[in-house]
Amino acid sequence: MTLDPSAFAAILAMACATVFTRLSGLYLMGRLRLGPRGSKLLGAVPPAVLMALVAPVALATGLPETAAAAVTALAALRLPLLAATALGVATAALMRFFL
Amino acid sequence: MRQTWFDDFRGGALATLPLTIAVAPIGMIFGVGAAAKGLSVAEAGLMSALVFAGGSQFVALDLWRQPAPWLALGLAALLVNIRHVLLSMSLGGKLQAFPVWLRYLAMLMLADEVWAMAEKRAMAATLTPAWYAGIAVPFYLTWLLSTFVGVLAGSAIGDPRALGLDFAFTAVFIALVTGFWKGRETGLILAASGLAAILVHRLVPGAWYIAAGAAAGIAAAAVQEFLWPEELPA
Repeated sequence: MTLDPSAFAAILAMACATVFTRLSGLYLMGRLRLGPRGSKLLGAVPPAVLMALVAPVALATGLPETAAAAVTALAALRLPLLAATALGVATAALMRFFL
Repeated sequence: MRQTWFDDFRGGALATLPLTIAVAPIGMIFGVGAAAKGLSVAEAGLMSALVFAGGSQFVALDLWRQPAPWLALGLAALLVNIRHVLLSMSLGGKLQAFPVWLRYLAMLMLADEVWAMAEKRAMAATLTPAWYAGIAVPFYLTWLLSTFVGVLAGSAIGDPRALGLDFAFTAVFIALVTGFWKGRETGLILAASGLAAILVHRLVPGAWYIAAGAAAGIAAAAVQEFLWPEELPA
């Protein structure tokens, strides 16, 4: 259980950075008065961020990932989250095994 | 009252269970990687406890040296997690049921997965502190525990890629995207975001692609509002 001083400083610096990003949005939200247009643009944030997180893996990695992404998306239209996720993971594993 | 609190906590925890299960192997991989980079058990655990942001922690392992370059690591964490500003702005408007001090405490536990499940809940009902705790606390504890398991077990854990487990987060996020679908408007936002993310991911190292996708999605929403302003809600 050793704690190197430079490692401790680095971890603290990282923690400060993430605390800052986590709290600053909430702080801004309390200061800004958003009109209907602003709220509408902010409403685009959740789907846009989710899509940005998945797109490079889902669409630009390989056939197994793209196929698994398509299976997940179709399954999610009918099935609950856990089932759709499990189908997607199983598809990725099977396709990687056979390709 | 007490029953309600517990029901909400359980509701949030159950809804988030797939993500809580999926984060365990990721935390273990982080722990294994940290051990390989020469971090002690205390250092790896402290980073998961205080930073609690997987993306930036993996980037930190990539940049890790002896002695640790604290400024470079702090700046990298800032860049990778800059999306949290948007996430906490978006979720910040949906915390009416929280006292102000609790809003800030809740935001300290913000992660992509926690945020996504909280947004999903806020679409269907008022997000209560208990529901949010049900989402965030088990997820946080699993991240922390699995880090310890990974750093202690070292390289004894098999390849999670073969089991498709690395795809679990992508799958969950895809399933969540379908929940935000509101017709053509959403389609164009998703197309712009996905295209920008893939392009920037190809061309620019690091996590810029997430910010690029978010910006492109917002821009697509702004363009549509300019073109079809009558579709603004009254």
